[in-house]
Amino acid sequence: MTVLVLLDHEGSVIKQPSRSAVAAAMKLGEVHALVAGTNPEAAAAAAAIAGVAKVIVAGDVAYDHAMAEPLAALLVALAPGYTHLLAGSTAIGKNVMPRAAALLDVQPISDVAAVIDADTFIRPIYAGNALATVRSSDAIKVITVRAASFDPAPSEGGHAPIEAAAAVAIPSLSRFVSAELSKSERPELTAARVVISGGRGMQNGENFKLLDPIADLLGAAVGASRAAVDAGFVPNDYQVGQTGKIVAPDLYVAIGISGAIQHLAGMKDSKVIVAINKDEEAPIFQVADYGLVADLFTALPELADELARP
Amino acid sequence: MKILVPVKRVVDYNVKVRVKADGSGVETQGVKMSMNPFDEIAVEEAVRLKEKGIATEIVAVSLGLANCAETIRTALAMGADRGILVETDVELQPLAVAKLLRAIVQKEQPGLVVMGKQAIDDDMNATGQMLAALLGWAQGTFASKVVIDGSKAVVTREVDGGLETVEIHLPAIVTTDLRLNEPRYASLPNIMKARKKPIETMKPADLGVDPAPRLTTVSVAEPPKRQAGVKLKSVAELVAKLKLEAKVI
Ligand SMILES: Cc1cc2nc3c(=O)[nH]c(=O)nc-3n(C[C@H](O)[C@H](O)[C@H](O)COP(=O)(O)OP(=O)(O)OC[C@H]3O[C@@H](n4cnc5c(N)ncnc54)[C@H](O)[C@@H]3O)c2cc1C
Ligand SMILES: Nc1ncnc2c1ncn2[C@@H]1O[C@H](COP(=O)(O)O)[C@@H](O)[C@H]1O
Repeated sequence: MTVLVLLDHEGSVIKQPSRSAVAAAMKLGEVHALVAGTNPEAAAAAAAIAGVAKVIVAGDVAYDHAMAEPLAALLVALAPGYTHLLAGSTAIGKNVMPRAAALLDVQPISDVAAVIDADTFIRPIYAGNALATVRSSDAIKVITVRAASFDPAPSEGGHAPIEAAAAVAIPSLSRFVSAELSKSERPELTAARVVISGGRGMQNGENFKLLDPIADLLGAAVGASRAAVDAGFVPNDYQVGQTGKIVAPDLYVAIGISGAIQHLAGMKDSKVIVAINKDEEAPIFQVADYGLVADLFTALPELADELARP
Repeated sequence: MKILVPVKRVVDYNVKVRVKADGSGVETQGVKMSMNPFDEIAVEEAVRLKEKGIATEIVAVSLGLANCAETIRTALAMGADRGILVETDVELQPLAVAKLLRAIVQKEQPGLVVMGKQAIDDDMNATGQMLAALLGWAQGTFASKVVIDGSKAVVTREVDGGLETVEIHLPAIVTTDLRLNEPRYASLPNIMKARKKPIETMKPADLGVDPAPRLTTVSVAEPPKRQAGVKLKSVAELVAKLKLEAKVI
């Protein structure tokens, strides 16, 4: 069995969810990695990932913004050599893989959290309130991988050969216009060892600054509940949950978040959960290892001071 | 321009779902059902496009058991003009839904299909992308803003790093993200009016589609339960626990 993994890349970095997809692919067979676009550093970075046996490069500018229409066509052209096509459950993977699957007349398997065998997978349904074991009868499996469920393959240690893909006709249905990406010095939410998230209890965007010194001290990524994003406190890419990002850091700190199931769906696999909330009945306390019933406006400055103490 | 809006009937998002004792699925008997929240956003977007004079007719489509007609009625009460019910008791997976919707699109010839990015029951996030593929159309997924500009749509998408804007040729598929709009509540007069709007019923065979599932559910299980931990008295105690007991900082 040979598995093709579509990689998300930026400069010399292969995104962590893609390395988790490589880890999942290693449970299935020999792993080939697909790097699409004109990024000159990505192929070498892909070749260095431990476990990758071959890198395929499709170096056409048409792939530079990972638009679904050309990328799905590329995957379909490459598919005959493979038993499985994988990608991380990222914005790109979710956009591209179902499109490729339909072109192959295959039912995709989204957000796989465990590989049982070549045909059988576990995936969460109903916001993670149930885990379904599903078996595919399709000849080729098209899968997105829940990154939080697989330790990423190491970015060093591999020496895979690099090969160019044959050119594929580019559909002209869509055009990339612009991106407005939030800039941050902090680690990415899905890759961070510590995540600190604020909810509606933060009251406004300005107050999110109270999280900064704590995030700095802990090397944490900052996240948010949907309520905080909808209210405009922080950008959309901060959202943790069923329909936002799924995270499973060593430490998740929920500040002024009530703990709706849609939020829990995105963080309840974290190793240690801390909740600070002024309502002792808040459902977040039912999943928190450590709870503090307190007003966040007094607790956060105290927490920053306490952490800064040598 | 005609707009097609697929609307799925799902367990209401406020319901705490329970896995059946025999592990065959989750309990849906006697449970409150509603329109998938992302599909409400899709209906709302279509209605706003009609209010702006861009859309001329909105057709709501639901696929599944006969009671999906109720979900179509909700869409009609929000402002859709007519409904199509594809009735079947076969478990429908996104590939089958996409094939059935393709057949309907070929009959109805809409200029735009607006649908949810994700059904909150199967959490697949696949059907819109698949329908776009089967039709050979462009897709604007996870949309937080849609501007129709002649033969094109400019779609702002919620992506991992923030927002991205793409231009797609019409006809196309748009899938909705949570911040595209805030769906309206249907008013009582509109609920009354919706009762008179037509719903056409058909079967998968009428559309020439075999809806058989490709994924077999072997079993459904409860996820491991997290135990509630301890409530602490102070920030100092919290930091001490994190350092000495949990050893995560
Ligand atoms: C289809 C769908 C998808 C969704 N997807 C997501 C998702 O991906 N992620 C997500 O998060 N939500 C999601 N939601 C929304 C979810 O249902 C909740 O509405 C949301 O998570 C609530 O956010 P919150 O906890 O910040 O706000 P609230 O529920 O309003 O809670 C605020 C909390 O802050 C506390 N608080 C207030 N002031 C203070 C203070 N001074 N000090 C300490 N505590 C304070 C309150 O006690 C309360 O518990 C989704 C909903 C739907 C319908
Ligand atoms: N049975 C159905 N009836 C109507 N629309 C559906 C159905 N299944 C899926 N859809 C549409 O496809 C979207 C995505 O669903 P999914 O791919 O299952 O997450 C939903 O938000 C609906 O708009």
